[in-house]
Amino acid sequence: MSEPATFAFDAESEVKITKILAKYPSGRQASAVLPLLDLAQRQMGRLTGSAWVPRVAMDVIAARLGMAPIRVYEVATFYFMFNTKPIGKYHLQVCTTTPCWLRGSDEVTAACRRATGIKGWRETSEDELFTMTEVECLGACVNAPILQVDDDFYEDMDAAKTEALIEALRRGEKPKPGSMAGRQGSAPEGGPTTLLDVPAE
Amino acid sequence: MKVTVDGIEVEVPPGSNVLQACEAAGKEVPRFCYHERLSVAGNCRMCLVEIEKAPPKPFASCAYPAADGMVVHTDSPMVRAARRGVMEFLLINHPLDCPICDQGGECDLQDQAVGYGMDHSRYAENKRAVRDKDLGPLVKTVMTRCIHCTRCIRFSTEIAGVPELGATARGENMEVGTYVEKALSSELSGNLIDICPVGALTSKPYAFVARPWELTKTDSIDVMDAVGAAIRVDTRGPEVLRILPRLNEDVNEEWLADKSRFAIDGLRRRRLDHPWVRQGGKLVKATWNEAFDAIRNRLTGLDGTKIGAISGDLCDVESMVALRDLMVALGSPNLDCRQDGAALDASRRDFYTFNSTIAGIEEADALLLIGTNPRIEAPLINARLRKRWLQGEIPVALIGEAADLTYKVEMLENRPSTLAAIAAGTHPFAAVLKAAKKPMLILGQAALTRPDGAAVLAQAWALAASCGMLTPDWHGFNVLHTAAARVGGLDVGFLPGVGGRDAAAMLAGGVDALWLLGADEADVTKLPASTFVIYQGHHGDRGAARADVILPGCAYTEKEGTWVNTEGRVQRGQRAGDPPGQAREDWAILRAASAVLGRTLPYDTVAALRCSVETRHPVLRNLDILPRSGCSDTSGPASRGTLSDAPFCAAISNYYMTDPISRASATMAACTEAHSGKAMAAE
Repeated sequence: MSEPATFAFDAESEVKITKILAKYPSGRQASAVLPLLDLAQRQMGRLTGSAWVPRVAMDVIAARLGMAPIRVYEVATFYFMFNTKPIGKYHLQVCTTTPCWLRGSDEVTAACRRATGIKGWRETSEDELFTMTEVECLGACVNAPILQVDDDFYEDMDAAKTEALIEALRRGEKPKPGSMAGRQGSAPEGGPTTLLDVPAE
Repeated sequence: MKVTVDGIEVEVPPGSNVLQACEAAGKEVPRFCYHERLSVAGNCRMCLVEIEKAPPKPFASCAYPAADGMVVHTDSPMVRAARRGVMEFLLINHPLDCPICDQGGECDLQDQAVGYGMDHSRYAENKRAVRDKDLGPLVKTVMTRCIHCTRCIRFSTEIAGVPELGATARGENMEVGTYVEKALSSELSGNLIDICPVGALTSKPYAFVARPWELTKTDSIDVMDAVGAAIRVDTRGPEVLRILPRLNEDVNEEWLADKSRFAIDGLRRRRLDHPWVRQGGKLVKATWNEAFDAIRNRLTGLDGTKIGAISGDLCDVESMVALRDLMVALGSPNLDCRQDGAALDASRRDFYTFNSTIAGIEEADALLLIGTNPRIEAPLINARLRKRWLQGEIPVALIGEAADLTYKVEMLENRPSTLAAIAAGTHPFAAVLKAAKKPMLILGQAALTRPDGAAVLAQAWALAASCGMLTPDWHGFNVLHTAAARVGGLDVGFLPGVGGRDAAAMLAGGVDALWLLGADEADVTKLPASTFVIYQGHHGDRGAARADVILPGCAYTEKEGTWVNTEGRVQRGQRAGDPPGQAREDWAILRAASAVLGRTLPYDTVAALRCSVETRHPVLRNLDILPRSGCSDTSGPASRGTLSDAPFCAAISNYYMTDPISRASATMAACTEAHSGKAMAAE
């Protein structure tokens, strides 16, 4: 996929833009640059299967918010979550910060590579289905290691579960996010271990 | 507010920062990101100082407000250690390539590393490398050297008004650039080179040309537009290698427009370095005597009224006076310094000058632009207008061709009748001007070079009078010139005498012999073949192509001369280099010609000539000083003809090529190509 020649927000996005812009006082519309970049990225994902922000989209946002285009480029390139290059349909974001690493993020990464054929970070698989990115702490350390796919956290991962998840995604399925070890939230595996003497009411 | 810096007590105005207080105390504070004319970024951390009774940490003095009774130390052990640490961090990634860096010898980082850094490096790791950016034909980038002070970003956003530079990505990956590869669309881009504290942004045409210590520096005055910016001409031997701005708060502050800075390679190309005489239809190299003989043969016996002279846009006052004196001696009333035919009225000085003054722009609170694009005609005045606009958005309206002036402009209907409507008070903008305390208008040359120029001038004055621009303590009527020589020419009366012909009449064949003093923008195509044309100037341009005799003169960097800027400020340029070949100073050529013609002019030195000029034109005595005055007499210039209905168009189509020097410049040609290409791509 290459840089599109034009970009325009579709009707679905326009409804959201109206709501977003209403949040800011007049003359401060530039504050909406982050939500609009996010909206543009989601629209690209929805319409083309690759959630990224092309330059023309940044220009459209700049014109919309009365900003110089370079100010939008600065914001979009500063935040890691905005993809300024095309990505695959599924964005595999592996947390490799210490707790996840201690709990086996290396195996998750290796499984991602095996299952998708991707060699390094920020690369996209040949079938353009997967892009693998290394991310910093996702804030779900109790359920480490975490593999974030687009917006969803898949927790308590290991190599086998990762490969199974990727295969399911490849088939077009959407496994339920959350703990893959079957626990509820971040409750202990195999049921409660404390407060056992509290009588049920 | 009293602040004590290293034991020295100084008084600073409220709102000052600690760094300014240190400077007031005469203490040097190293800095990279801080710049007096830019917003405070506070990101280089080099200006750290220690403040007593504050948290025990070093403070970035540029971003810390001074307070009454504050005690500051700029040279304590903690400050020294902190600066050494900052410098060490800056040098983690900055290459030590000073020997091949054009900034070497005038580099803030180099100087401050010697002054405040360590004597060795503790880093064995590789330095980061950054891809260079293409910012067009003027600014060369070596982005690996960038220390991310963001001065260039702030300059282009704030001063130049073209927010195109930015810092993309972050942390180790942060890069300064345009993100989209493009030439900077600013006429002030050369200033990025000056404000860059390292060698990241350097001059592309000057790359690897010279070292600063090899250069002879001569203070002079710029003539590429009518602003009269203060410049420093750097030469090595006879060659002008670069031009830099000098500080002049009243005119250019510390900035310089690109044409003034980069057109200098035009001083070496297409130069006239010896006299030429047309023989049998072809120009043939000649000696000075042969050239003068040819002139004498043609002019002898010719009636004075059949001889005329037109002076060009770059002429100094001295040579114009010498030519006028020669013409008067020959009995000719046919003189004109307005080769574009601008209907300027020289009967009173405030009819043709920028009366509010450039510095006075900062006091104005409403602005009307008429037939002008100051961004192209005088980029530095436009920068001042933008500065005023940034201080508090003032109403600005334009009657003329639409253009991006880098500030908000209300477009009024582009017809001369709009002027009449505002003057009559029937137009809504009249109320805006009347409500303002110090309203001003700027009348461009495009509004005066039209057939109804005189009527436009009179109407503009009437507008100024009716909208409260002309008061005893404020003069809001301003003519913006494009030619450096124009105000000087009008001051010394280089104009048709009684019964004399103006430039248009002379160019239509009204005279049999025409002396062009550097006049290259005059349309010589309509001259009859029989007209004898003497071209005196420095470049083989349009005037020389039509000439029968060519007398090689000096460019502005090669002679000492007086120029009067659009404000009426009298300034003197100095000789920085020698003219090529047999070229001579223009007043001396005219003095020699007068002797050959038997009408010897009564001065033998430039000092004697200048003395004579100042005796006859006392206004030219006030060198560099321009007393600002209000308008004591509101009676306006005489009107001729009626206003037409034609819209005002642009005075200059291509900023980069307006005179013989810039037309000869390869750098300016590259700029023309870069910017016209971009305009086409945008369409």
